[in-house]
Formats: sequence, structure tokens, C-alpha cells
Amino acid sequence: MSIILDKVNYIYSQGTAYESHALRDVNLQIGDGEFIGVIGHTGSGKSTLIQHLNGLLKATSGGIYYNGRDIYEEDYNRKELRSKVGLVFQYPEHQLFESTIFEDVCFGPKNLGLSKKEAELRAFAALRSIGLPEEYWYQSPFELSGGQKRRVAIAGVLAMKPEVLILDEPTAGLDPKGRDEILQQAAAMHQESNMTVLLVSHSMEDVAEYVGRIIVMNQGSVMMDGAPKEVFGHYQELEEVGLAAPQVAYLMHELKQHGLPIDTGATTLEEAQASILQVFSGRGRNQQQGTKQEML
Amino acid sequence: MNFIEARKLVHEYFRRDEEGNVEGILTALDGVDLQVKPGEFVAVLGHNGSGKSTLAKHLNVLLRASEGTLWIDGKDAMDEEYLWDIRRSAGMVFQNPDNQLIASVVEEDVAFGPENIGVPTDEIWKRVEKSLSSVGMLKYRAHSPNKLSGGQKQRVAIAGVMAMEPKCIVLDEPTAMLDPNGRREVLEAVETLNREKGVTVIFITHYMEEVIRADRVYVMDHGKVVMQGTPRQVFSQAEALKSYRLDVPQITLLAYELRKAGLDVPEGILTREELVESLCRLY
Repeated sequence: MSIILDKVNYIYSQGTAYESHALRDVNLQIGDGEFIGVIGHTGSGKSTLIQHLNGLLKATSGGIYYNGRDIYEEDYNRKELRSKVGLVFQYPEHQLFESTIFEDVCFGPKNLGLSKKEAELRAFAALRSIGLPEEYWYQSPFELSGGQKRRVAIAGVLAMKPEVLILDEPTAGLDPKGRDEILQQAAAMHQESNMTVLLVSHSMEDVAEYVGRIIVMNQGSVMMDGAPKEVFGHYQELEEVGLAAPQVAYLMHELKQHGLPIDTGATTLEEAQASILQVFSGRGRNQQQGTKQEML
Repeated sequence: MNFIEARKLVHEYFRRDEEGNVEGILTALDGVDLQVKPGEFVAVLGHNGSGKSTLAKHLNVLLRASEGTLWIDGKDAMDEEYLWDIRRSAGMVFQNPDNQLIASVVEEDVAFGPENIGVPTDEIWKRVEKSLSSVGMLKYRAHSPNKLSGGQKQRVAIAGVMAMEPKCIVLDEPTAMLDPNGRREVLEAVETLNREKGVTVIFITHYMEEVIRADRVYVMDHGKVVMQGTPRQVFSQAEALKSYRLDVPQITLLAYELRKAGLDVPEGILTREELVESLCRLY
């Protein structure tokens, strides 16, 4: 199972004054069960890219292969593709519309042509997986908090049982606790059901904390593609394209510049803490040995 | 005299059924006291639903309090007579730029505000140019807002308010959708306006890193102000902030964890520079 993009190009409003080349020769291979972060400044092509993955936008040129099959083939079932590759848009709670939460989550599976019973079973499972207490299920979705609404909207996509889940800036506008809840949810789904998860985010700290691979988009092209340590090691290049590394990555480099013998690879808080404590524990031991020798 | 003087402000939202009978009451503001001096940069933190946005809407008289008093720039916000004066002196930037842009060309959108209050044409264009360049959007002046990304739209919306040259701007999560560079640019533009023009700023955000240079921070929970002080005072209480669904900046959290692990790092570290300095001193 994989998604392969082969020299994908996309041009908005081709042939008009507003023509803009949003994707340029994008080649990517997304393997089964990966947890990938997609970063890039506003207008770098992230959203355009992910809308290609479930066939909402059709490439101007190039090919996309889902599990080995060309999705642009005439007899390819693109409706099914959209249920296999679940896309959660920015501010998905704006798309809630039913009178109860439960009905809203049922909408997707019903639209797939599933029976009422099957749709309801899926809605049950999806709502349970986002951890929303059952007492809320038959209330209006509009009375929930921002973070809860967003989780309900995500449940609506989960109820379609996607193999790939794409979250476009899922934490925008949420308070820190709400952010953690959504990201932990995504991480849990990735771990428990081996779902492939793509996380589009502006928060380098979040990306560093959760994903195993980062794709950096710039001016419609893939600029970097690698593990967080690798990508954030090139923080100067990231800054040139309007991005940044997590705060702790800068800290490590600054400590090194000030003469501390520290490993500069840390990108998360835990890694940074471990690296700093290591430097000081080594020193602490030396000091203790020193004093012992003096005492002797 | 304080620019904003709120005492025991209460706001209740009534939920009604189809016949108009009151089904429930939500108290969004529950006795809020807020004093902001002219030229201050005040940040407001709080989880989703804590009452931040409701408070912001009072400062522009989009909402009026159920109880309590609110004076803005020496004018009583409850008095209908001062409505437009207050709206002119306290400009507002909302979270979603799509709801704020109305013209078909960026520069016309920015010109809409000053044109509406009768600024002479020459002066309008000067203001448009200045405010667009302050948010890094001057080269898009002839574009259609529809063709901009979310972050670019938000910067145009901020330029629109800046073009009104208000005494105070209230920004309700203006950076929620911007990339790191965009966030930095917007924050810097707002800080410059505060520092150089003396504009009073009320900055509502969920990004803890954005408030470390504020003069004062207010923390809201369930419609009440539960903490207030300098960023250093507020962020030195990591556990309390977590109980309000908030956090502390990553660097502050790291310093806190290092301190817990036995390193003699001072409390309330806010910036990388401070942490680097104290670690180097320890080493």
C-alpha cells in the first residue's frame, strides 16, 4: 500500500492573468503506516498537494498511483479513493451542519452508500475513538467547544474508515490543551490501526514531537524530505523560505557556540533535556571525582 | 487615566427555544476587571470558551455588558452617544480574515476604513501604502484578496485596521493561521505600532511565545480573570497554567524541567538568550 506521485504539476487558472504554478514536478512516495509532517510557508503548495492525494484536484500533468493503480485512469473509482484517503480540511468544524453530533458523523458513511445500520455502527466507533463522552452524542454540535467541534469533524472523516488520514492544520485556533488532544489522537490512530497520517502544520514544535518524516514544500516543489533531525539540522535554509526549526534546536546550537560540548541534534523538549543533563552529569561526576581526590 | 477601565463586567448569552423562551444562560464574562494604560501592550490568554473573544467584542462595543461598567478612552461604553467614537479609537482584527475583506482589490480594501471616516484622498493613499508595507503586503496591493492565502489575507485585514490609525487595536487571535515567518512579521508590525506610535494593544492568542514581550498578561478561565502580571510572573507558574488548559513557552518549560532535574536554573526564564546565559554560567 502506498501513494506515489510522479512528476506532478498543477497550474491554477491556466491561461488567465492569475495563472499560478502551484506544484512543480513533485515526486513523492508515501509508504504504508508512515506519520509524515508537511511544512511550508503560506502559499508554498501544501494544501494543493494534499488535495491531489484524494483526487479533489487533478494534476495538470504527471501521475498519481494509489496502491499501484493510476487514479487518473478512466475506470478508476475516485469516489472510493476519497473514502480511502480521508481529508480533514482547515477549520473542519465549519462543515458541521446536522442537528445532532451523531447524525453529523453518520453523514459520511451514509454518503458512501452504506446501510443505515452500518453507518451508525461506524459513527459509534468513530465517536468512541475520539473520546467524546456519550452524553454529548445527541446534542447539537454547535454547543461544543472549539476543540470538541473539531474532534467531531475528524470523527466524521474517521467514520469513512480511511486508510490514509490527512489533517490540514488541525490545531489552528485551538488552545494548547486542545492542540495536544488532537495530536495525541492522531498519534494514537497511527499507532493502533497503523493508519498513514499526514499532518500539515505551521508548528515546528508539534511536527518535531510527533512525526517520523518531514516533507518541506517551497514554491510548489519538495525542498527537503527526511527525518526531523535531518530536516531541522538545515535550519538556516528553512529560515530562508519563511520557516524555522523548533526553539530547542536553536538552543542546542547556541549552547554549542558558547563552548558547551553538546549534541546539537535535539528537536524535542525531551531530547534537549536529555542532552543538557548529559553534559552537566558528566561534569558533575568529574567535579565529584575532583573533590574526592582532593579529600584523599 | 486608564485607556480601558472595566469593572465587574458581566456578559450573559441567552439560549432560547423556537418560541423565544429562555432555555439556558451562559455567563461568558463573570465579573471581569481590566485596566489598560495608554500605550500598554496587554496580552490575553485563555482556553477556547474562556471568554476572551467576548471580552474583545466589548472593547469595540460589538457587545454590551449585562452588568458592570466599561470606560474606553474616557467614554462610557454603555452610552449610545459614544458608540462610533469608541469604535474609531479601538480598532479590531478578528480571527478569520475571510469575514473581514470586502473589496475586490487589496488596496481598496485597506482604503475602505479611512475613506468611510472622511480622510482626504491623498492621505488615504499614504496610509494604504504605509500600512500595507508594515505587514509586508505592499507588492500585493493590486491583487484580488480572493487569490491570497489565509495568512496573506490576515495581513491585509490588519493593514485595514492600521490604516484607521486608531489609538488602540484589539487583535483576536490574529496569527492563528500564519506560518512562523508570517506570525513573526505580524507580531513585529504590531509591536512596532505599539512602540513607535504608542498605540495601545490588546493581543489575544493561544501561542505562548507571542506574549513574552508584552507589558502585562491576563489569563482568563470560565469568564474570570484568574491570573495577571508580567510574562515572567505568569509563566513561572507552569502548573497553574496547565490547569487552565494552557501551557508555557517551550524554552520556559525546558528550564522548568531542568530545574526539577536538579540544575540551578533561575525561575521564570522566557527566552533562549536567558537560558543559554544561565546554562553557560553553570557550566
